Amino acid sequence: MRTALIVLRKDLRLELRTLETVPAMVLFSLVTFVIFHFGLNQNTISGQLAAGVLTATLLFAAMLGVNRLFVAEREQGGFDAFLLAPVDRSAMLLAKATALFLFLAALEVVAVPAFGLFLLGPSLGPALPGLIVVLALADLALAVIGTLVSAIAVHTRARDLIGPMIGLPLLIPALIATARATGPLLAAQHAASAPPGRWLLILALYDVVFALLAYAVFDFLLED
Amino acid sequence: MRSTTTYAKGLRGLALATTATIGIALVLVFFYAPLDANQGFVQKIFYVHVPLAIVSLCGFVFGGLLAIGYLRTGDRRWDMRSYVAIHMALIFGVGGLITGSIWAKASWGHWWVWNEPTLVSFLIVLLLFATYQPLRFSIEDPERQARYASVFAIVAGAFVPLNYIAVQLATSYVHPRVLTLGGANLPASMGVTFLVAQIGFVLLYITLWKYEMAAKNNRSQVRRLRRTLLGEDSGRPLGRSAAPS
Repeated sequence: MRTALIVLRKDLRLELRTLETVPAMVLFSLVTFVIFHFGLNQNTISGQLAAGVLTATLLFAAMLGVNRLFVAEREQGGFDAFLLAPVDRSAMLLAKATALFLFLAALEVVAVPAFGLFLLGPSLGPALPGLIVVLALADLALAVIGTLVSAIAVHTRARDLIGPMIGLPLLIPALIATARATGPLLAAQHAASAPPGRWLLILALYDVVFALLAYAVFDFLLED
Repeated sequence: MRSTTTYAKGLRGLALATTATIGIALVLVFFYAPLDANQGFVQKIFYVHVPLAIVSLCGFVFGGLLAIGYLRTGDRRWDMRSYVAIHMALIFGVGGLITGSIWAKASWGHWWVWNEPTLVSFLIVLLLFATYQPLRFSIEDPERQARYASVFAIVAGAFVPLNYIAVQLATSYVHPRVLTLGGANLPASMGVTFLVAQIGFVLLYITLWKYEMAAKNNRSQVRRLRRTLLGEDSGRPLGRSAAPS
């Protein structure tokens, strides 16, 4: 636990000083909103369409973060140092997943209001509490699977390709649940105040299963 | 020498049994099973499509289970088994997707139907496993290749049922619910035919898996012999390969 905290603090400090990942993710999602505005040729969107645009944008922005997650470890020899240290290897998973989760949360603090401003037809306010719950669960799935995939991809030659290629199909069920849970919240009329419980349940289940799975296999990705 | 015979052993008998079972299944399909009242002759593709898809999904999960063997023991033969299992399942899966598409066109009028959870979840699984070979290919160190591929196979194997549940819940049904958890929803004659066809395809999968394992084993043994006879540099494969060696 202490190890994880130390690695996490290192990651956050690195991000604060270099500002490499989060600003890029934010800019990417803003540009994507503009692209969606022209691609869909609509000034405002609502309901399931809005949910889909938001989910897809956040997913692809998350992929940028996933690709960067272990790059410093690989290039600066962080992996070797971590393996030499007499610490539990799962700490790395915990630290990196938490870091990615915080990056995603930071991204959403900017991207979701921007989405409300640029594209969303109905006002964001009433949907916000439900949206926060859904996005928190979705971020958990993105963080766990993203960390796992990133750890696989970072040692391959085509790592920027392999990461999204494996990550996107693995995230499709989470994407389905996120988009479906968000849809009713963003509806133009009769917007629901709470997201559908069934999809929240699926997201939560997905988070738990993949967290356990990642915990079980992660050690093997850090050997040698 | 011993390991070669393990895979080759019983291969001939198995191949004969496979041929016989699939032969019987074909006879049953065309002469015994009744024509479907609504769909007519086209429905016969069901006896190929569904077994292919089921065998393919089971093959993916099987590959994941074999990969656990590699991570537990570190024995490269487990990685080879897992690789061949997933490779074969991919081929079966593409066959299942194509036959499914043909069936969809014939009975619903479209090549692809989104509100059909079985089809969609199958596509997602296939898209995921399609990255297995590129992943292997982009890792040069053979030991690391085996380890990472095993991790991928386990995660993706667990993904198969999860994904199915998620997609199932997300869509409304248009597919005939032929096989539900409550039992087969088929007339007895169709059920028997389907069962024989299913057994035939399972046998086909096992035969091809064993055949491929025997072939891969032979190749690596020939390579090893050449290396001892002709020196270290000979017999090395040209370029990299996604397959374990």
